Amino acid sequence: MERLEDIIAAHAGREGPLLPILHDVQAAFGHISEEAIRAIASALNLSRAEVHGVVSFYHDFATDADPRPQVKLCRAEACQARGVDALVAALDESVRAQLGTVYCLGLCSAGPSALVGDTVHARLDPTTLSELVEQTK
Amino acid sequence: MTTVRISDDALALACGADAVAAAFTAAGATVERVSSWGMHWLEPLVEVGGIGWGPVGPGDVQAILDGGLDAKCIGPVAAHPFIMRQQRFTFARAGKTRPLNLDDYAATGGWDGLRKAREIGPEAIVETVTASGLRGRGGAGFPAGIKWKTVAGAAGGEKYIVCNADEGDSGTFADRMVMEGDPFMLIEGMAIAAEAVGAQRGYVYIRSEYPHAIAKMQAAIAASAEIVAPFELEVRVGAGAYVCGEETSLLNSLEGKRGEVRAKPPLPAIEGLFGKPTVVNNVLTLAAVPWILANGADGYAEVGFGRSRGTMPIQIAGNVKHGGLFEVGFGITLGELVNDIGGGTASGRPVRAVQVGGPLGAYHPPSDFHLPFDYEAFAAADGLIGHAGIVVFDDTVDMAAQARFAMEFCAAESCGKCTPCRLGAVRGMEVIDRIRSGAGRQLETIERMPQMHNMPKQGRDPAEEIALLTDLCETMKFGSLCALGGFTPYPVMSALKHWPEDFGAT
Ligand code: SF4
Ligand code: FES
Repeated sequence: MERLEDIIAAHAGREGPLLPILHDVQAAFGHISEEAIRAIASALNLSRAEVHGVVSFYHDFATDADPRPQVKLCRAEACQARGVDALVAALDESVRAQLGTVYCLGLCSAGPSALVGDTVHARLDPTTLSELVEQTK
Repeated sequence: MTTVRISDDALALACGADAVAAAFTAAGATVERVSSWGMHWLEPLVEVGGIGWGPVGPGDVQAILDGGLDAKCIGPVAAHPFIMRQQRFTFARAGKTRPLNLDDYAATGGWDGLRKAREIGPEAIVETVTASGLRGRGGAGFPAGIKWKTVAGAAGGEKYIVCNADEGDSGTFADRMVMEGDPFMLIEGMAIAAEAVGAQRGYVYIRSEYPHAIAKMQAAIAASAEIVAPFELEVRVGAGAYVCGEETSLLNSLEGKRGEVRAKPPLPAIEGLFGKPTVVNNVLTLAAVPWILANGADGYAEVGFGRSRGTMPIQIAGNVKHGGLFEVGFGITLGELVNDIGGGTASGRPVRAVQVGGPLGAYHPPSDFHLPFDYEAFAAADGLIGHAGIVVFDDTVDMAAQARFAMEFCAAESCGKCTPCRLGAVRGMEVIDRIRSGAGRQLETIERMPQMHNMPKQGRDPAEEIALLTDLCETMKFGSLCALGGFTPYPVMSALKHWPEDFGAT
């Protein structure tokens, strides 16, 4: 809870502080809890519904905790053209559960690509993608 | 000691540039991290004394230091045909400078445009930008000078410059390359815009899918703060919503709201961020400005085609042999881009379709390859240039599946403000599913979606379904508030028009 208050305090003086706060909360706790929403709402003088509405609007924010690291695989058109769907089909079911989707990482000439934390991976094939998923587990 | 130049652009990193750099360092070479030339099929590209090798792996390092590895040697990088055929204004420094090095930037004409802008003053800046013919590079192609003039003339003390770095179209990466490879140029462009309209603060709103661009921009803003002062800049990070590339939803998002699209008027130029007059331009538009100020409007306007002036950094992507960034004056044909420059498909199979302009752009068959790259010419062919990304598909592509994906994407990313987009996209998916699965599987579809109680229980015949899809697209096109709902019909209808056989119609 202390960390939550620190995060809120760090951004409170900025113009439009809500998104930066939510990013930091998501990064620190892996999700944005009901408790966090309540604290943020009261600090920014917003209703809980307003904050909740923002959290639910953006794909980057989650309200439920999921400790598993995510491999965010690009499923957009250029990566489709380079065979991303076949890659996914080749992964077995237990592995697929760890996969998140992004629409374009800007690596479209070297796809299929994926983002893990802040590291980027391109030219994925079935082997490199499986390795990536295994390593991230 | 040998100096080796290797890019630290995200694409080079994603292809293993760090491991190659580490291997060179271990072998006793000095490694300099530079921006990317944009020849992506060669990344990681390694340059020693102007001679290039690519794509390089850690195992190739010793051979390169020994002056060998002829199989991967491309000769003088700057004289490579892919580079020689370009007209590089925005990407003039690509591959040549260290992105965060202020000396490199100043030595290559950096800050000349800002200096000039401060000399000539607001009115003359706006005049210069207007005379250059620069149009917003984000898709609509709205003249940048006119936008600036409106903000300059707007009442009110406080004004903002907002750089839209959230245009996350599939198949585009020029924004990312500018921010990672030449961040000071974007900062300079924003500072010039601030001079022109009298703004004190600016924001670069960057999509969260670009962590490297975010880091580079933050570092570059800190390093150049004194040069652009009193103008103050800050990076804001998006949160994974495609629609925030739309300027008014971006403003809502920056304010900390849901990224819903605002109805216009009021124009952001009059009532933008926090209700203040705001210039919203995308990365490529602002990045083109320093060159125009430094070299004059005429030099820019001279290049181009029709009403599309200057150069366009075209992004060649998808299933293509030579993918990368290719900056050239408007007017080059689509076929030249795909076949001559892109080298055809990477798979070696025939090209079947090329999507131009991102996920909201039309799919073009090879019979459209004569089209010149120009806003008007593409509009006349029921397409759009958008952000100038071209995505190549070979003959294994199922165009009905691509049309379905366009609807799915629209449904997933809709901001929910207007009905044609919010509901139309979902209905569009259903119709295409029915078309693709044929009448026999319809009951199954209905069973899977019990909530769809008003779905037809009987199969319509394919012609009726296609008529329904067409009608739906018309409604979305004319009834949507922004490009997401309004342009999704482009990929859908173009797929239907050019590849009816994939929809079971002929
Ligand atoms: S077209 Fe879609 S994304 Fe655009 S304003 Fe309407 S609902 Fe929102
Ligand atoms: S489409 Fe996958 S990285 Fe751009």
